[in-house]
This record gives sequence, structure tokens and C-alpha cells, in this order.
Amino acid sequence: MQSLQKITSRFIPLRIENVDTDQIIPARFLKATTKDGFGKNLFRDWRYENDDEAKPKADFVLNQKQYAGEILVAAKNFGCGSSREHAAWSIQDYGFKVVVSSFFADIFKNNALNNGVLPVTVTDAFLQQIFALGANDTLTVDLEKQTITIDATGATQKFEINSYKKTCLLNGYDDIDYLLSMKTEIEAYEKANQTSTN
Amino acid sequence: MGKTIFDKIWDKHVVKIIEDGPSVVYIDKHLIHEVTSPQAFSGIEKRGAPLFRPAQIVATADHNVPTLHQELPIKDALSKFQVDTLIENCKKHGVELYGLGHQYQGIVHVIGPELGLTQPGMTIVCGDSHTSTHGAFGAIAFGIGTSEVEMVFAAQCIMQSKPKLMRINIDGALKNGVVSKDIILYIIAQISASGATGYFVEYAGSAIRALSMEARMTICNMSIEMGARGGMIAPDQTTYDYMQGRMFAPKGAAWEQKLAAWKELYTDADAKFDMEINIVAEAIDPMITYGTNPGMGLSIQGKLPTIESFDDATEKQNYEKALKYMGLTAGQTLIGMPVQNVFIGSCTNSRIEDFRLVASIIKGKQKHPGIKTLIVPGSQEVAKQIKAEGLDKIFEAAGVEIRQAGCSACLGMNEDKIPAGEYCISTSNRNFEGRQGAGARTLLASPLTAAAALLTGKITDIREILN
Repeated sequence: MQSLQKITSRFIPLRIENVDTDQIIPARFLKATTKDGFGKNLFRDWRYENDDEAKPKADFVLNQKQYAGEILVAAKNFGCGSSREHAAWSIQDYGFKVVVSSFFADIFKNNALNNGVLPVTVTDAFLQQIFALGANDTLTVDLEKQTITIDATGATQKFEINSYKKTCLLNGYDDIDYLLSMKTEIEAYEKANQTSTN
Repeated sequence: MGKTIFDKIWDKHVVKIIEDGPSVVYIDKHLIHEVTSPQAFSGIEKRGAPLFRPAQIVATADHNVPTLHQELPIKDALSKFQVDTLIENCKKHGVELYGLGHQYQGIVHVIGPELGLTQPGMTIVCGDSHTSTHGAFGAIAFGIGTSEVEMVFAAQCIMQSKPKLMRINIDGALKNGVVSKDIILYIIAQISASGATGYFVEYAGSAIRALSMEARMTICNMSIEMGARGGMIAPDQTTYDYMQGRMFAPKGAAWEQKLAAWKELYTDADAKFDMEINIVAEAIDPMITYGTNPGMGLSIQGKLPTIESFDDATEKQNYEKALKYMGLTAGQTLIGMPVQNVFIGSCTNSRIEDFRLVASIIKGKQKHPGIKTLIVPGSQEVAKQIKAEGLDKIFEAAGVEIRQAGCSACLGMNEDKIPAGEYCISTSNRNFEGRQGAGARTLLASPLTAAAALLTGKITDIREILN
């Protein structure tokens, strides 16, 4: 997994609530057996008319040239619905390192963290401040300090992340490395609880 | 202080608590399918680690399979490759697979319970958000991502923080024409599509106790649609009666021993929840959704909200976006509106009881000529039972074809899709934009309401047919 420490970047404002993972990556793209190349289908049906890459929808933010950056900012309840990790793979493969919202769905949050994409939860009021910014404004996200800053105004907010996940992300470790190192304890648990008889 | 049923099961499965971090939680049963497992298999192979406990994993093919001519090779090359990859991975790693053609094949959340794999007190995960279904048996069951599938492959554990706990009490008697699907659509409409995010839900109360296991599964299944990690119901005699004698349920002395342990799985009277909601069963009417998330639902006789009822600018904008997608107008009623498709199936409503309900409505009647149907049993076992009870004859006489087991038109992934712009009354769980196919317009409802539309060709209050 890629590590993440601090980034300063412009952002893409997606002012839509309850963005579900079917919109992030429609089910017809889940036939793949690898994690590669999902970025080109990110928000596929919001991005293109009739599934045609030659016909980008002008009203969708990813198609608006004035917006760019490694930070996606979305309205509340981002990533609800299906548990498909393909949603996190799409966002990462497109080039986003951070997603900001006032509320994230649980499974998406875990999936993002497991792929080195940092979900940053801010208050509704702070989210509105970001949405009010211009296309050339930047945000700075500092994982070590757990802060997000609107660079133009200096407005800063702390965000929550548990210290275990923070360490993983700062160093690019993942949970599987950790669990593999715990085998003896897991075997002891199994013995004590006679799990094989389940 | 007393413990909730969730606490009792969770505490027993915690291998280790990481300070200011998640817990390492032991998983009893891991269900996998073709769509969210291939990258986990290749991930574990890349690490050079074996599967830690392959005997605790069961696989099936359901999402990406056709529901006609399953005996023939899958036509779509990518789908075929994905299903073949599952076969190969299971063979290579020693995982039991109930693939296409196998008598136990079916939707993963239908076969787990019907084979007796799902048992009270267990921790159960699957790379699918509707894993919450299994909570109906008093298990902690929830959906996970593919990285987490790989974790369970590697160590039979996952890393999770303990969720907050919510109890939803539903007391009283359901009105005529109201079934468990209406209960859960009502709850989600009340608390919204994100109202239970961060929580694990226990459903309780006299209305829940009166439900069959199939009906309880429908409710737990849709817990995720209000954002909950999972939902559960304490086991009782209904649970034990359903389980006894099933293929992988314990037998003889082992059954007696397990039964004694299961009877301890209830929430103590003095246990505390982070949130509690009380619902009166008599307040629930047959429900239908009108928008693009499952929280956008109303009583079938109700009117869509007006634009003015939204204060927040973003909310207003989102409502208008949903109305435009659905081709509906604020303030209108849905009764009498023509629909073109009826889908009866999915992990929410494809069990034998659902087919009995539909058959009871359409018996001796004819499908409306304007309606196209996708009627899809959840498993080979359900399909067999439909025949055994002679329900297939009722469907056939009504001019309706019964297909083969799979997820079908629930998710717009396999061949079964709803055409763009058309309406579909669907017994499935999600009405997201494009969920049943690009441009498809989904109206979620109960099997009874779906059966009514099948006969009339329009949105109909089932009580008009029942009375």
C-alpha cells in the first residue's frame, strides 16, 4: 500500500449527497479479476452520455476543465450502498489521494483506508466553506497533525482517525501484514474456543 | 450492566483489542462469490501465504451468472472468465464451491441459511453488503471489502472497531396486505438512507417475534440500506424450527449442546443501547419507493414530497435530480401509474415464502399483457421447492416464466437488466440510478405489491385485490 503524509492540492467539488458505490463504479465494470484500470470508469454514467466516451456530459465536474487535483470533496453520506472495493480502486486509480465529506458510509471508509485513500470527515459548515471556494483554491491535508486547511483563508479543522490506521497509512502498512504476524495468538484463540467445531 | 446480544457474540470473538485502534475479530464463517474474491485470491498468492482456514469458507456463483440456460457455457467472455476464475481458485485453495449446476447453488445469502451454514452466535462475513441477512439467526453478520476478504483468507480474522448499537422495537400486529418488506422500507423512510450509519441494529418487539425466518431475513437484509453495518434478531423457537434437520445444522447430541448455548443469546433486560427507536406495527401501510435511494419511500397511497418541503439547498437539488431521473413530479401520487417490468427475486425476496405469497395473488389469473417479468428463485433449492409445491403451475398458467437461481436484475451486472427509461416494480433492495441497468427506474416494494402490478400493469394497492 502507498503511504500518505501531507498533501496540498486543488480539489474537485462533487456537490451531491448519498453518492452510492453503484454511481462510483457501475456493476457492469465489476467483471474484472484484477484491481487495475478502474479510474477510467469512475462515475461512468454521470461522466458520459449513453456510455460513450466521445460524449462527456458538460455538467459533470470531472469533465469541467477548470477543476483538477488529488482531493475529491463530496456532500454527505459518500460511498453508501454496495461493499464493492472497486469503488475505492476507481477513486485511487483516477488519482485521488483524499476524499472529503461531512459523512462517510462505513464500508467505503474501511475500503478507502485499506487502499491508501484517506477519508476526511469535516463538519457541514466547513464543507460549505470548501464548496464556496474557487477552482484554483487549494486544500492542505496533514495526516500527522490530523488537520485539513483551506489555504486561502487559513481555516483549519481537525479530523478523526484512530492511531492504528494513521500509523498504517503514514507508513504504507496494511492490516494483512499485521494479521499475518498474529498467527500464534489466533491459533491460541481457536484452541481456547474450539472454533473448529462450529 | 447487562449485555446486548451483539455484545455477547462480539466479546466472545475478540482475539485482541488494539489500543486506539480496531479489534482483531475472529470469523466463524466466510462466504465468497465470484465478483469480490478474485483480487483477494491473487493478493494472498502474491504474499505467498496459504489460506489459513479453507474449511470455514463456502463459495457460490451468483452475481455474474445468467438465469436462463445455466447448463450452457456463459456467453459473455468476461463473465465466463470471472466464474471460471472462482472455480480454479476454489480448486487450488481447497474451498468448497457450490457453482453453477450444483444442487446447492444460489444467491449467497439464500443458500447460507437454507443449508444450515448460518447459525446463531456466529460471526459471518462476505464480500457483499447484504451479508446482514444472516443476522436474522442471531449472528453478527456484515459485508466487507475485498481487502478484508483477503484478511480472512490470511488469518480468519478481520480488524473492526466495535460499532455503536441501536435497537428498533416494532410492536403490534401488521395490517392486512403488509409484510416484512414494508416494515423495513417504512423504517428506512423514517430514519433515512444514512440514519443508522455507524450502528449495528437489533430488531425486537412483538411484530418481529411473529415473523417467519424468511420474513426476518428480508428485514435484516436491508439494514445496510439505512447505513447500518448489520442487523440482527435474537434466536427463538421459530429460528430453531427452521434450522433443525438442515444439511449443515448440528445433529443429535451436538444439536442439544448448541441449542443450550443459543438460548443464552438474548439482550439482557438492563442492557443499554446508544439509540432506541419504537415503531407501532399498525402505522405501517404497503410501501413503495419513488426516488434513487431506499430512504425515499412512502405509503403506497401517499404523495411525493413537495419541493418546498426541503430547506437545505443541496437536499432540494438532490431531490430534483432524483425526480428527473425517475420521471416523476413532486407532490404526485403513484397509484395507477403504468409500469413495464416486475422483478421478483434478489437476496431480499427470493425465498420460498416470497413465491408462495406471489402465487397466492396470481393464482387463476393472467399476467397483464404490458408487463415483462423476471421471476428468479434465490437458489436451486428454492426452485426445487417451487416445483414440489406445484407453484410453478400457477406461474405458468398466469403466463409467467420462472428462471434459474442468481442475483439477476438486482444489480445490472449479468444479462438481466431493465431497459433505460422503463419502470420496474422490484422486490430487490436498491433503487440507485442505473442499479438495474443504465437509465432503469426502480420502485422497491414487497412481493405482494409486485404481484399486484404483475396483474394490473400499474402501481396498485394490494389491499384492493385482497379485499
